Amino acid sequence: MAPLTVSELRKSYGGREVVAGVSFALAPGECFGLLGPNGAGKTTTLRCCLGLTAPDAGRLALVGEPVPARAREARMRVGVVPQFDNLDPDFNCAENLLVYGRYFGLGDAAIRARIPPLLEFAGLAGKADTSIRVLSGGMKRRLTLARALINDPDLLILDEPTMGLDPQARHLIWERLKRLLASGKTILLTTHFMDEAERLCHRLAIMDEGRIIAQGSPQQLIAGQIEPQVVEVYGEDAPGWAQAAAGRYAKRHEVSGETVFCYVEDAAPLLAHLAQQPQLRTLHRPANLEDVFLKLTGRELRD
Amino acid sequence: MRQHLLRPQLSWRALAVWRRNFLVWKKLAIPSVLGNLADPMIYLFGLGYGLGGLLPQVAGVPYIVFLAAGTVCASTMNAASFEALYSGFSRMHVQKTWEAIMNAPVSLDDVVAGECLWAAAKATLSGVAILVVITALGFVHSPLALWALPAIFLTGLCFSALGLIVTALAPSYDFFMYYFTLLVTPMMLLSGVFFPVAQLPAAFQAGAQALPLSHAVQLIRPLLLGQVPADALLHIAVLAGVSVVAFAIALILTRRRLLS
Repeated sequence: MAPLTVSELRKSYGGREVVAGVSFALAPGECFGLLGPNGAGKTTTLRCCLGLTAPDAGRLALVGEPVPARAREARMRVGVVPQFDNLDPDFNCAENLLVYGRYFGLGDAAIRARIPPLLEFAGLAGKADTSIRVLSGGMKRRLTLARALINDPDLLILDEPTMGLDPQARHLIWERLKRLLASGKTILLTTHFMDEAERLCHRLAIMDEGRIIAQGSPQQLIAGQIEPQVVEVYGEDAPGWAQAAAGRYAKRHEVSGETVFCYVEDAAPLLAHLAQQPQLRTLHRPANLEDVFLKLTGRELRD
Repeated sequence: MRQHLLRPQLSWRALAVWRRNFLVWKKLAIPSVLGNLADPMIYLFGLGYGLGGLLPQVAGVPYIVFLAAGTVCASTMNAASFEALYSGFSRMHVQKTWEAIMNAPVSLDDVVAGECLWAAAKATLSGVAILVVITALGFVHSPLALWALPAIFLTGLCFSALGLIVTALAPSYDFFMYYFTLLVTPMMLLSGVFFPVAQLPAAFQAGAQALPLSHAVQLIRPLLLGQVPADALLHIAVLAGVSVVAFAIALILTRRRLLS
């Protein structure tokens, strides 16, 4: 059974189509990423999938149940980590899990039995009685992850799971998510951290302006959407150099401030040319997901 | 918009929402009850003895006894309103507690129903606490007063549902001032809490009949004075009717706010 199938999903707000015909499907046990700039329609897509808002058109099936018709039944087997922490500030860590388990109709004894292993998993062993008001941002995220696991869900939906966390805290979340994948859970996440997507996701879809504009594994996307080599050229003279010479050596280049990004099949001629330009600094690297993302969604700010 | 008008999808999960609020309340139960008691008791003693000393009997009883019954009703209304407005808004808008709950298999309708029942329960506690104190002071003698318990709950339910409408519309806490200043306070003065409605000019008397608090007072005060209320069924029907209609409106407005 597919954990989630979305076909031709559409949703408008005030005449503006925020989700404009989105289709994708998750296979059991995979991690699927939805990438996109702010306002691309990722969160609206998730809200539709959970049955929290009714789509204008399209079909949704969450853990085999039609949504929104049977969204409540579907959510029995789904765990959600929302974009912004909404733990209960009046409760300690264990109470947060206890109260949340009751929303699934679980008995207190069954929930209490699950609390110690979940706190352990979240790296919060010994913090059962700690008020969440004193937890760090990373601890809160991990407790939210533990809360999403209280019903032992088949599918975990995470909206920007590491936003606002320091590198140590992000790595810990990634490691825990990999453990969940290893134990057979399916994960759907949204992110705009490309390293996060490249590290975690088996497959991903890049969204922009309500549409999926590319879909595949990170390697497929890099191989299929963009030249394999990137040479970054820095310096005050870089934009001038780009205008004069970049076109001769690179099929495609982009200027961003004092940096020029040259996308090439073979970097050797460009590097040889740049070796003659002492006023410019260069960095040669393989293309990555961020290059794909910026190529497809552009460099302008999306506020 | 159309899907916001569908009939309520309620389940027993609403009780899990109620229990969540109860667990928070339990941590602060004693200060909370004392806080709910202090303000009305100060008014009751201040006005009851101070003003009551100047008055002959009111409606056949000493003024403080008359006022005590009104205070039970007004406090129930206030407690329900504060819970549904300020605390409800905190959970809905500030803490995003409702959003967290809706990611579990609990519908928004369950959340609103749980909140409504919770505010009604807290209001009942507030009204009953005052009832206990005035009974201990000897202002209430009749076993008929036991019938006031369900009447207090119904009053709480009515004002909880009305309060949730305001919460669904509120952009911020400041908005609640309008509700209290324009509706709650005038209702308290027009509904026979402090003085018999018969003292009002005729036009106001007719208007008072439209106020739910006035029905609560006409239902509860006789019971506390040991009389069977006149038109009890009418008062019950008004309070229950307002509860149902207000809950339905609150549900539609909250769905529009959170589910679009």
